[in-house]
Amino acid sequence: MITCREAVARLWAYLDRHLGRVEAAELEEHLGLCLHCCGELRFAQHLRERLRASGDPAVDEATRRRLEAFVSGLGEVE
Amino acid sequence: MRVAPVSRAAGVERDFEAFILPHLSYLYALAVRLLGQRDGAEDLVQEALLRAFRGFRRLRHRERGRLWLTRITTRAFYDLLRRRGGEPWTVPQEDGDFDLFDTIAEDDPFPYSDRLHLDFLELFDSERIIAVLAALPPGYRTALILAYVYGFKAREVAGSMGVPLGTVLSMLSRGRRRLERELWQFATTNGLLHREDRR
Repeated sequence: MITCREAVARLWAYLDRHLGRVEAAELEEHLGLCLHCCGELRFAQHLRERLRASGDPAVDEATRRRLEAFVSGLGEVE
Repeated sequence: MRVAPVSRAAGVERDFEAFILPHLSYLYALAVRLLGQRDGAEDLVQEALLRAFRGFRRLRHRERGRLWLTRITTRAFYDLLRRRGGEPWTVPQEDGDFDLFDTIAEDDPFPYSDRLHLDFLELFDSERIIAVLAALPPGYRTALILAYVYGFKAREVAGSMGVPLGTVLSMLSRGRRRLERELWQFATTNGLLHREDRR
Protein backbone atom coordinates (compact mmCIF):
# COMPACT_ATOMS: atom_id res chain seq x y z
CA MET A 1 0.00 0.00 0.00
CA ILE A 2 1.21 3.53 -0.69
CA THR A 3 2.36 5.68 2.22
CA CYS A 4 0.44 8.67 3.64
CA ARG A 5 3.05 10.95 2.09
CA GLU A 6 2.43 9.47 -1.35
CA ALA A 7 -1.34 9.55 -0.81
CA VAL A 8 -1.38 13.22 0.20
CA ALA A 9 0.78 14.11 -2.78
CA ARG A 10 -1.87 12.61 -5.08
CA LEU A 11 -5.01 14.11 -3.53
CA TRP A 12 -5.46 17.20 -5.68
CA ALA A 13 -4.61 15.32 -8.86
CA TYR A 14 -7.22 12.77 -7.76
CA LEU A 15 -9.83 15.48 -7.27
CA ASP A 16 -8.86 16.92 -10.65
CA ARG A 17 -9.21 13.43 -12.20
CA HIS A 18 -5.65 13.61 -13.44
CA LEU A 19 -4.50 10.35 -11.92
CA GLY A 20 -4.08 7.21 -13.98
CA ARG A 21 -6.26 4.23 -13.15
CA VAL A 22 -3.57 2.41 -11.19
CA GLU A 23 -2.54 5.50 -9.20
CA ALA A 24 -6.18 6.29 -8.39
CA ALA A 25 -6.86 2.71 -7.30
CA GLU A 26 -3.79 2.78 -5.03
CA LEU A 27 -4.99 6.01 -3.48
CA GLU A 28 -8.52 4.72 -2.99
CA GLU A 29 -7.15 1.60 -1.31
CA HIS A 30 -5.17 3.82 1.03
CA LEU A 31 -8.17 6.10 1.74
CA GLY A 32 -10.24 3.05 2.59
CA LEU A 33 -7.93 2.33 5.50
CA CYS A 34 -6.49 5.68 6.58
CA LEU A 35 -8.64 8.13 8.55
CA HIS A 36 -5.88 10.73 8.51
CA CYS A 37 -5.76 10.86 4.71
CA CYS A 38 -9.58 10.92 4.51
CA GLY A 39 -9.32 14.09 6.62
CA GLU A 40 -6.69 15.42 4.23
CA LEU A 41 -9.01 14.69 1.30
CA ARG A 42 -11.93 16.56 2.90
CA PHE A 43 -9.63 19.45 3.73
CA ALA A 44 -8.39 19.59 0.14
CA GLN A 45 -12.01 19.70 -1.06
CA HIS A 46 -12.85 22.52 1.34
CA LEU A 47 -9.78 24.51 0.37
CA ARG A 48 -10.65 24.17 -3.31
CA GLU A 49 -14.21 25.29 -2.59
CA ARG A 50 -12.82 28.27 -0.72
CA LEU A 51 -10.77 29.27 -3.77
CA ARG A 52 -13.69 28.80 -6.13
CA ALA A 53 -16.09 30.73 -3.91
CA SER A 54 -13.78 33.67 -3.31
CA GLY A 55 -15.71 36.55 -4.85
CA ASP A 56 -14.36 38.44 -7.82
CA PRO A 57 -12.93 41.90 -7.14
CA ALA A 58 -15.58 44.28 -8.44
CA VAL A 59 -14.87 46.90 -11.06
CA ASP A 60 -15.87 50.34 -9.80
CA GLU A 61 -18.21 52.50 -11.86
CA ALA A 62 -15.57 55.02 -12.96
CA THR A 63 -13.21 52.29 -14.18
CA ARG A 64 -16.03 50.52 -15.98
CA ARG A 65 -16.98 53.74 -17.77
CA ARG A 66 -13.37 54.29 -18.85
CA LEU A 67 -13.10 50.72 -20.13
CA GLU A 68 -16.38 51.04 -22.04
CA ALA A 69 -15.13 54.28 -23.58
CA PHE A 70 -11.89 52.50 -24.48
CA VAL A 71 -13.87 49.76 -26.25
CA SER A 72 -15.93 52.34 -28.13
CA GLY A 73 -12.76 54.04 -29.34
CA LEU A 74 -10.98 50.89 -30.51
CA GLY A 75 -12.05 51.28 -34.14
CA GLU A 76 -10.54 54.75 -34.23
CA VAL A 77 -7.26 53.53 -32.68
CA GLU A 78 -6.96 50.92 -35.42
CA MET B 1 -19.39 50.48 -53.72
CA ARG B 2 -17.31 52.70 -51.49
CA VAL B 3 -19.75 52.37 -48.61
CA ALA B 4 -19.46 48.64 -48.09
CA PRO B 5 -15.97 48.42 -46.51
CA VAL B 6 -16.76 51.24 -44.07
CA SER B 7 -20.04 49.60 -43.12
CA ARG B 8 -18.33 46.26 -42.62
CA ALA B 9 -15.72 47.83 -40.36
CA ALA B 10 -18.39 49.62 -38.37
CA GLY B 11 -20.29 46.35 -38.16
CA VAL B 12 -17.26 44.55 -36.72
CA GLU B 13 -16.80 47.30 -34.14
CA ARG B 14 -20.42 47.06 -33.04
CA ASP B 15 -20.17 43.29 -33.04
CA PHE B 16 -17.05 43.40 -30.91
CA GLU B 17 -18.61 45.84 -28.50
CA ALA B 18 -21.67 43.64 -28.07
CA PHE B 19 -19.42 40.63 -27.55
CA ILE B 20 -16.98 42.18 -25.11
CA LEU B 21 -19.11 44.31 -22.78
CA PRO B 22 -20.60 41.38 -20.85
CA HIS B 23 -17.03 40.16 -20.21
CA LEU B 24 -15.64 43.44 -18.83
CA SER B 25 -16.23 42.63 -15.16
CA TYR B 26 -14.61 39.24 -15.58
CA LEU B 27 -11.60 40.68 -17.40
CA TYR B 28 -11.06 43.27 -14.69
CA ALA B 29 -11.34 40.68 -11.90
CA LEU B 30 -8.96 38.35 -13.73
CA ALA B 31 -6.46 41.18 -14.18
CA VAL B 32 -6.61 42.08 -10.47
CA ARG B 33 -6.10 38.47 -9.48
CA LEU B 34 -3.20 37.89 -11.89
CA LEU B 35 -1.46 41.10 -10.81
CA GLY B 36 -2.32 40.49 -7.17
CA GLN B 37 -3.49 44.08 -6.86
CA ARG B 38 -5.80 46.65 -8.43
CA ASP B 39 -2.90 48.88 -9.38
CA GLY B 40 -2.21 48.29 -13.08
CA ALA B 41 -5.32 46.16 -13.65
CA GLU B 42 -7.02 48.72 -15.88
CA ASP B 43 -3.93 48.96 -18.09
CA LEU B 44 -3.74 45.18 -18.37
CA VAL B 45 -7.42 45.00 -19.34
CA GLN B 46 -6.93 47.70 -21.97
CA GLU B 47 -4.02 45.78 -23.46
CA ALA B 48 -6.14 42.62 -23.52
CA LEU B 49 -9.04 44.52 -25.12
CA LEU B 50 -6.79 45.86 -27.83
CA ARG B 51 -5.44 42.39 -28.61
CA ALA B 52 -8.93 40.91 -28.53
CA PHE B 53 -10.19 43.56 -30.94
CA ARG B 54 -7.35 42.87 -33.36
CA GLY B 55 -7.98 39.12 -33.25
CA PHE B 56 -11.76 39.26 -33.12
CA ARG B 57 -12.26 38.30 -36.76
CA ARG B 58 -10.41 35.05 -36.09
CA LEU B 59 -12.63 34.07 -33.16
CA ARG B 60 -14.70 31.19 -34.55
CA HIS B 61 -16.54 29.98 -31.45
CA ARG B 62 -18.05 32.90 -29.57
CA GLU B 63 -19.44 30.54 -26.96
CA ARG B 64 -15.83 29.91 -25.95
CA GLY B 65 -15.15 33.63 -25.73
CA ARG B 66 -14.35 33.57 -22.03
CA LEU B 67 -11.56 31.05 -22.53
CA TRP B 68 -10.29 33.00 -25.55
CA LEU B 69 -10.22 36.22 -23.51
CA THR B 70 -8.54 34.43 -20.62
CA ARG B 71 -5.77 33.27 -22.91
CA ILE B 72 -5.31 36.78 -24.32
CA THR B 73 -5.23 38.36 -20.85
CA THR B 74 -2.85 35.74 -19.50
CA ARG B 75 -0.50 36.26 -22.45
CA ALA B 76 -0.67 40.03 -21.96
CA PHE B 77 0.18 39.51 -18.29
CA TYR B 78 3.09 37.26 -19.28
CA ASP B 79 4.40 39.90 -21.72
CA LEU B 80 4.10 42.57 -19.05
CA LEU B 81 6.23 40.51 -16.67
CA ARG B 82 8.71 39.73 -19.44
CA ARG B 83 9.23 43.44 -20.03
CA ARG B 84 10.06 43.79 -16.34
CA GLY B 85 12.77 41.15 -16.78
CA GLY B 86 13.23 37.43 -16.30
CA GLU B 87 11.15 34.45 -17.31
CA PRO B 88 7.72 34.97 -15.70
CA TRP B 89 6.67 31.35 -15.29
CA THR B 90 9.94 30.20 -13.74
CA VAL B 91 9.28 29.08 -10.20
CA PRO B 92 11.79 28.47 -7.43
CA GLN B 93 12.42 24.95 -6.18
CA GLU B 94 10.31 24.35 -3.09
CA ASP B 95 12.31 23.27 -0.09
CA GLY B 96 10.84 20.42 1.92
CA ASP B 97 7.23 19.43 2.41
CA PHE B 98 4.67 21.51 4.20
CA ASP B 99 1.34 19.96 5.10
CA LEU B 100 -1.25 22.51 6.21
CA PHE B 101 -3.70 19.88 7.44
CA ASP B 102 -1.08 18.41 9.79
CA THR B 103 0.23 21.83 10.82
CA ILE B 104 -3.25 22.97 11.88
CA ALA B 105 -3.80 19.73 13.79
CA GLU B 106 -0.45 20.01 15.56
CA ASP B 107 -0.66 23.72 16.35
CA ASP B 108 -4.35 23.47 17.33
CA PRO B 109 -5.09 27.17 16.88
CA PHE B 110 -8.74 26.75 17.91
CA PRO B 111 -8.52 24.61 21.04
CA TYR B 112 -12.26 24.56 21.73
CA SER B 113 -13.27 23.70 18.19
CA ASP B 114 -14.18 20.29 16.88
CA ARG B 115 -13.86 21.56 13.29
CA LEU B 116 -10.57 23.39 13.48
CA HIS B 117 -9.63 22.81 9.85
CA LEU B 118 -12.83 24.43 8.65
CA ASP B 119 -12.41 27.21 11.22
CA PHE B 120 -8.99 27.88 9.75
CA LEU B 121 -10.29 28.11 6.18
CA GLU B 122 -13.12 30.40 7.28
CA LEU B 123 -10.51 32.97 8.30
CA PHE B 124 -10.00 33.59 4.59
CA ASP B 125 -12.54 35.86 2.96
CA SER B 126 -12.13 36.79 -0.70
CA GLU B 127 -9.80 39.75 0.02
CA ARG B 128 -7.49 37.54 2.05
CA ILE B 129 -7.53 34.80 -0.59
CA ILE B 130 -6.47 37.40 -3.15
CA ALA B 131 -3.70 38.59 -0.81
CA VAL B 132 -2.41 35.06 -0.26
CA LEU B 133 -2.47 34.24 -3.96
CA ALA B 134 -0.66 37.51 -4.62
CA ALA B 135 2.24 36.30 -2.49
CA LEU B 136 2.85 33.34 -4.79
CA PRO B 137 5.31 33.42 -7.70
CA PRO B 138 3.40 34.45 -10.88
CA GLY B 139 3.63 30.98 -12.45
CA TYR B 140 2.00 29.26 -9.49
CA ARG B 141 -0.44 32.09 -9.01
CA THR B 142 -1.61 32.04 -12.62
CA ALA B 143 -2.03 28.27 -12.76
CA LEU B 144 -3.92 28.12 -9.47
CA ILE B 145 -6.21 31.06 -10.32
CA LEU B 146 -7.15 29.70 -13.72
CA ALA B 147 -7.65 26.13 -12.50
CA TYR B 148 -9.16 26.54 -9.06
CA VAL B 149 -10.71 29.99 -8.90
CA TYR B 150 -12.13 29.96 -12.44
CA GLY B 151 -12.37 26.22 -12.99
CA PHE B 152 -10.56 25.88 -16.30
CA LYS B 153 -9.30 22.44 -17.24
CA ALA B 154 -5.57 21.81 -17.00
CA ARG B 155 -5.16 21.70 -20.78
CA GLU B 156 -6.99 25.04 -21.03
CA VAL B 157 -4.65 26.48 -18.40
CA ALA B 158 -1.71 25.13 -20.37
CA GLY B 159 -3.03 26.75 -23.55
CA SER B 160 -3.58 30.06 -21.78
CA MET B 161 -0.11 30.06 -20.24
CA GLY B 162 1.55 28.75 -23.40
CA VAL B 163 3.27 25.85 -21.63
CA PRO B 164 2.99 22.05 -21.96
CA LEU B 165 0.29 20.22 -20.01
CA GLY B 166 2.91 18.45 -17.87
CA THR B 167 4.33 21.79 -16.79
CA VAL B 168 0.91 22.97 -15.66
CA LEU B 169 0.28 19.77 -13.72
CA SER B 170 3.60 20.22 -11.96
CA MET B 171 2.83 23.90 -11.27
CA LEU B 172 -0.55 22.99 -9.80
CA SER B 173 0.97 20.36 -7.55
CA ARG B 174 3.85 22.50 -6.32
CA GLY B 175 1.77 25.65 -6.29
CA ARG B 176 -0.79 24.03 -4.03
CA ARG B 177 1.93 23.20 -1.51
CA ARG B 178 3.19 26.74 -1.66
CA LEU B 179 -0.36 28.06 -1.28
CA GLU B 180 -0.82 26.00 1.90
CA ARG B 181 2.40 27.43 3.29
CA GLU B 182 1.34 30.99 2.43
CA LEU B 183 -2.09 30.50 4.02
CA TRP B 184 -0.45 29.45 7.27
CA GLN B 185 2.09 32.24 7.11
CA PHE B 186 -0.62 34.83 6.40
CA ALA B 187 -2.69 33.62 9.35
CA THR B 188 0.25 33.65 11.74
CA THR B 189 1.81 36.95 10.68
CA ASN B 190 -1.55 38.74 10.69
CA GLY B 191 -2.50 37.49 14.14
CA LEU B 192 -5.54 35.58 12.93
CA LEU B 193 -4.97 32.59 15.16
CA HIS B 194 -5.10 34.32 18.56
CA ARG B 195 -2.34 32.05 19.76
CA GLU B 196 -1.34 34.48 22.50
CA ASP B 197 -4.76 34.02 24.11
CA ARG B 198 -4.03 30.48 25.13
CA ARG B 199 -0.36 30.71 26.02
